Amino acid sequence: MYDLDAFKQTYFTECTELLDEMEALLMQLDVSVTDLDALNAIFRCAHSIKGGGGVFNFSDLVEFTHVQEALLEELRSQTLGLSQEIVDTLLQSVDGTRSLLSAAQTGASVDMTMIASLKTQLEQHAQTPLLKTTTQPTASSAPGEATYQITFAPKPSLLTTGNEPILLLRELTTLGAMQATVDMSRLPPLAELDPEVCYLQWNITLTTDAGEAAIREVFEFVEDECDLTIETSAIEKDDDAGGGVFEDAMAEIKANTAPAKPSAAPAATPAAPAAQSIRVDLDKVDGLVNMVGEMVIAQAMIMAQIRHLSVDEHMELISSVESLGQHMRDMQEAVMSVRMQPIKSVFARMARLVRDTARELGKQIELQTFGETTEIDKTVIEKLSDPLTHMIRNSMDHGIEPPDARREKGKPATGSILLSADQRGGRIIIEIKDDGNGINRERVLAKAREKGLVDARSEPTPEEIDQLVFHPGFSTAEKVTNLSGRGVGMDVVRKNIEHLGGNIVLVNHPGAGTHFTITLPLTLAILDGMVVRVGQEYYILPIASIMQSLRPTADMVHEVRHGVKVVQVREAFVPLVYLHDLFNVDGAQRDATKGIVVLAESGNHTVGLVVDEIMHQQQVVVKSIEENTHPVDGFAGATILGDGRISLILDVARIYLMSQTPKAAKHIHAMNQGNAA
Amino acid sequence: MTDMMTQMSDTESCQLLTFSVGDNEYGVDIMNVREIKVWSEPTRLPGSPASMCGVINLRGTVVPIFDMRVRFNMGKTEITPTHITIIMMIGKRIMGILVDAVSDILSINRSDIRNAPDVQVDIDDAWVDGLISLEDRMVILLDTEQLFSEKTLTHAHDAATQHASTHTSTTLDSAPAETSH
Repeated sequence: MYDLDAFKQTYFTECTELLDEMEALLMQLDVSVTDLDALNAIFRCAHSIKGGGGVFNFSDLVEFTHVQEALLEELRSQTLGLSQEIVDTLLQSVDGTRSLLSAAQTGASVDMTMIASLKTQLEQHAQTPLLKTTTQPTASSAPGEATYQITFAPKPSLLTTGNEPILLLRELTTLGAMQATVDMSRLPPLAELDPEVCYLQWNITLTTDAGEAAIREVFEFVEDECDLTIETSAIEKDDDAGGGVFEDAMAEIKANTAPAKPSAAPAATPAAPAAQSIRVDLDKVDGLVNMVGEMVIAQAMIMAQIRHLSVDEHMELISSVESLGQHMRDMQEAVMSVRMQPIKSVFARMARLVRDTARELGKQIELQTFGETTEIDKTVIEKLSDPLTHMIRNSMDHGIEPPDARREKGKPATGSILLSADQRGGRIIIEIKDDGNGINRERVLAKAREKGLVDARSEPTPEEIDQLVFHPGFSTAEKVTNLSGRGVGMDVVRKNIEHLGGNIVLVNHPGAGTHFTITLPLTLAILDGMVVRVGQEYYILPIASIMQSLRPTADMVHEVRHGVKVVQVREAFVPLVYLHDLFNVDGAQRDATKGIVVLAESGNHTVGLVVDEIMHQQQVVVKSIEENTHPVDGFAGATILGDGRISLILDVARIYLMSQTPKAAKHIHAMNQGNAA
Repeated sequence: MTDMMTQMSDTESCQLLTFSVGDNEYGVDIMNVREIKVWSEPTRLPGSPASMCGVINLRGTVVPIFDMRVRFNMGKTEITPTHITIIMMIGKRIMGILVDAVSDILSINRSDIRNAPDVQVDIDDAWVDGLISLEDRMVILLDTEQLFSEKTLTHAHDAATQHASTHTSTTLDSAPAETSH
């Protein structure tokens, strides 16, 4: 039972991939050109899902995919022409299969009426009664009976991929009268016989009215694993030279393949010669990443120890530990790269989104994607989907104008959205650019005034107005569509991105489009940090959030209210946060002019963190604090320093919130406004 | 009562690790004990309960350490190099407790455990699982699940957060002396 569960798991994982592939292929289909390769590939996906579903008795799934497969069969045999409607229905049926699969996996309920209506649509497209479709003769093959000479020579590795020649031969017998002779010329002496190698080949004479295509279909899953020739022969001949007749051959096969059966796991991934990849549980990879992280820390600890040694006496020790460190970093990089996946999977989902949404909105929108092969941490990829979906929907709903409006403005009727990914340094840059109307600043400002986000008297700069879209609860949609304007605004997008350790920048070109740039770390597991000291405590400040550090002079520090201090940096007043106060640290520098102020940024806010000293920059492995204890406010996690001690990673956004009372924030805002005016 | 007591029949035996804090000797089910370590300086977690000394690095895992003296309302441990940390697995969490010394490993039968007298004043004593009387001494059997229950931790956490927020508002709204130049 346990084993079956494991196979089920593999099946679900494979199905997810197959469905993604199917979806991608369907998206690429051009209805005007008949791409048989693509249709065949789509058919194979549906067929594999159905086959596996049958093994595990998921009857709903099998029924549904059977209808899907029947339609696909007609398409690929060209008895039915491809149309946009069919592609749409098929795309919807992919979603249907997805929900059936997840129902089979989690036991969740499925909207069976939706499934039934999809099924009806599929059947209507197929036009012909279901059961006939699978074995319908194809147009190319001659109708009526014909005799075929088939040579089936499996490669020695056939059995290791879980295929069984006997099953193929049996399948052939269902097509018509068959005689098979086995060729045992490759069979070695018993002592040298490897039970997992297929030595036999067959010469088959088959008389059938099913046509050549039906024969090929029998061998479809082994076509890479064998040499197959199919010839029509005019004369029926009975060649006995090789060995016995079919019955004898069956006996032979049984004898020869029986020992191999246990190794041929039913759900094992077929190891096609080209596929040089293995499926590994993500937990295992994470375990490996963690272990290597530990080794990096251990190496740093050794390094910290030997720093006290005299270089003259321990030259070799020091240099070998240093080279060990280099190898460690290489290894860490290599292990991290295992977690990396091309961003393609998210981008493909966006293509589907644009297609469906554009139709719904009655707009013509084209999505161009670049840099799909850019690799990024799997966790980041998973969490990227929602923000991207939201932004692209926004662009389509509010940004890109209807075709007529576009023509009036002298723009091409088809709007375009450009989605690109690129790796620069240790960061991933994702850009979303549209050529729509951009953000309407007057409307944003009016809305912001109405909601009390902006004072009626103050006149924000155009850039400041643009930034208002990131304000919590802000939504300019005049009508609530089911696409955007559900109260989930750009503030949530920003929050999500920041949660991933990234940031988002908006450049607005009114009338000409918007341009979002998202910067993300390559991975969540490692972070570039600055070690700062507060009293006896060492904290890590993420480098990404640091803007500048300074030692202010007394005239730069102002007390605006009781205990609320700001530092004036150029034109801006930045609130000061005394970390020793916030975290109750004894013996720390209480005077900002004698310590260091680090200006750190999170979202729209900048804070001046008062610390005693900046120590050094270091790459740290992020650890969870919550795993064994309660969450600690103000910290994003913990890490282990070179001396083996734990150091906490500061969460700038939380620190800002912890330190600011709304009153004080307003006060400082007013000061900045006054200063700008 | 706890699993350990209810699951054991009278003749069934189990092993306890006993340790001392002050003059008392306490016992925990040895199956919960992961390892015993000498004291290493933890990193303080701001806003944590008073009984938590901080967190240490146990081969890459962040493990909180609790001062048992504080937990038992006996003051705060003055740490010396001879103090011991017992690392335990409690539920799914790994935690450490700071004790004065590890004393013994005892094999006991269910029948050896006596119910704790029901005269405890302190409501916090839900973690006393029973008493074991030995020839010359008494061992207090601890219910570690109770001792570090989610409730205890969250409760302590609430108290701490409250403390932290009062503290923050103090810094912001009054006491200018605290942050003066």
